Amino acid sequence: MPQLDFDNPLLLAQVVWLLIIFGGLYLLLAGKVLPKVGEVLEARAARIAADLEAAQAAKAAADAAMAEMRAAIEKARAEAQAAVAAALEAADAEAQARSEALNARLAAQIAAAEARIEAARNAAMGALRDVATETATALVARLTGSADPARVQAAVDRALAARGSA
Amino acid sequence: MAAEGKTIDALSQFELTPALGVLGAAVNFTQSNLHMLIAAAIILALMTWGMRPRAVVPGRLQSLAEASYEFIYRMVTDQVGEEGKRFFPFVFTLFMFILVGNMLGLLPYAFTFTSHIAVTFALAAIVFVLITVVALMIHGRKFFGYFFPEGAPVWLAPIIVPVEIVSYLSRPVSLSIRLFANMVAGHVMLKVFATFVVMLAGLGAVGPFLSVMPLALNVALVGFEVLVAFLQAYVFAILTCIYLHDAVHLH
Repeated sequence: MPQLDFDNPLLLAQVVWLLIIFGGLYLLLAGKVLPKVGEVLEARAARIAADLEAAQAAKAAADAAMAEMRAAIEKARAEAQAAVAAALEAADAEAQARSEALNARLAAQIAAAEARIEAARNAAMGALRDVATETATALVARLTGSADPARVQAAVDRALAARGSA
Repeated sequence: MAAEGKTIDALSQFELTPALGVLGAAVNFTQSNLHMLIAAAIILALMTWGMRPRAVVPGRLQSLAEASYEFIYRMVTDQVGEEGKRFFPFVFTLFMFILVGNMLGLLPYAFTFTSHIAVTFALAAIVFVLITVVALMIHGRKFFGYFFPEGAPVWLAPIIVPVEIVSYLSRPVSLSIRLFANMVAGHVMLKVFATFVVMLAGLGAVGPFLSVMPLALNVALVGFEVLVAFLQAYVFAILTCIYLHDAVHLH
């Protein structure tokens, strides 16, 4: 096996060169090359973290705006409802007032009409009494030759009263 | 160097020969060292040229460089913990050097420097010296308590202490032999079956048809060797991480 031929001076020389090459490679990688690679990876990680942060901030802002909008909608709705309720109440009150005024006017008109009817009836009643008294007096005078107007009037009144109550 | 006559010569592929002409021969620079140099150049090219765009969204080569960086970085931080970050460049160099060396050796005409026990043992010895020095620097004399676990009955000390010392000393041996043996076995098998292809092809009319079988086997073996190349580099690196964890935390 050539690998175990330790008399070969090339075998030892190979190890010496190995140490030189490996050491040189280590120094180059550790000193210059790998830190640069690490920088690139760190820059990327930092950029991703910053982007994520920005995205998070944007999301928070969007959420806040959404909440604001929702609150505004809620407020507007409440205002609209209050306005509608106020308008309804005002309309109710007006309608009530108007109907009350109308009722009062109608009641006054009814009362006036009743008074007029009463007056007309009284007038009619008075006229009827005079006519009845005159007729009764004339009838009694023709039948008996004389008549006492006061007694006739009393009799007519009694008869009318009896009719009115009947 | 395939079949010389009717014999199978699977080991001559591991022979060292001077490279780079007269100059290389004068300083005993072998083809093995040349491949180490190529491996180092490939690693440096990947990590500098590949990372040159420094793009936020990496391209293919940059992705490869970053994936290898993050793979080893995660391995080191997972195994050793936060204190392990300063060992990251070392483990990265070790892993990439072995991985690229293994892969490079699978190319035709290439030499596999990880198939030399002297090379793998030198790498394991570096790891061994490193973990011992780190443990002594961090824990001082308490490091020797590592060889006698706390809470073990004192009368067991004559058994436990030698066992622990032997197991500690055998770390570089097992580390180096594992890599060496895997690479040698793989390349010997590839060579043996490749020789079968040539030998069977010479067997008259049916030969070419028969030689398809070892050829197919070799194709499968190459795929298998790629897996082994990665796996052995990974095993070397993760065992180094585990040893570093022991050195930093003592159990």
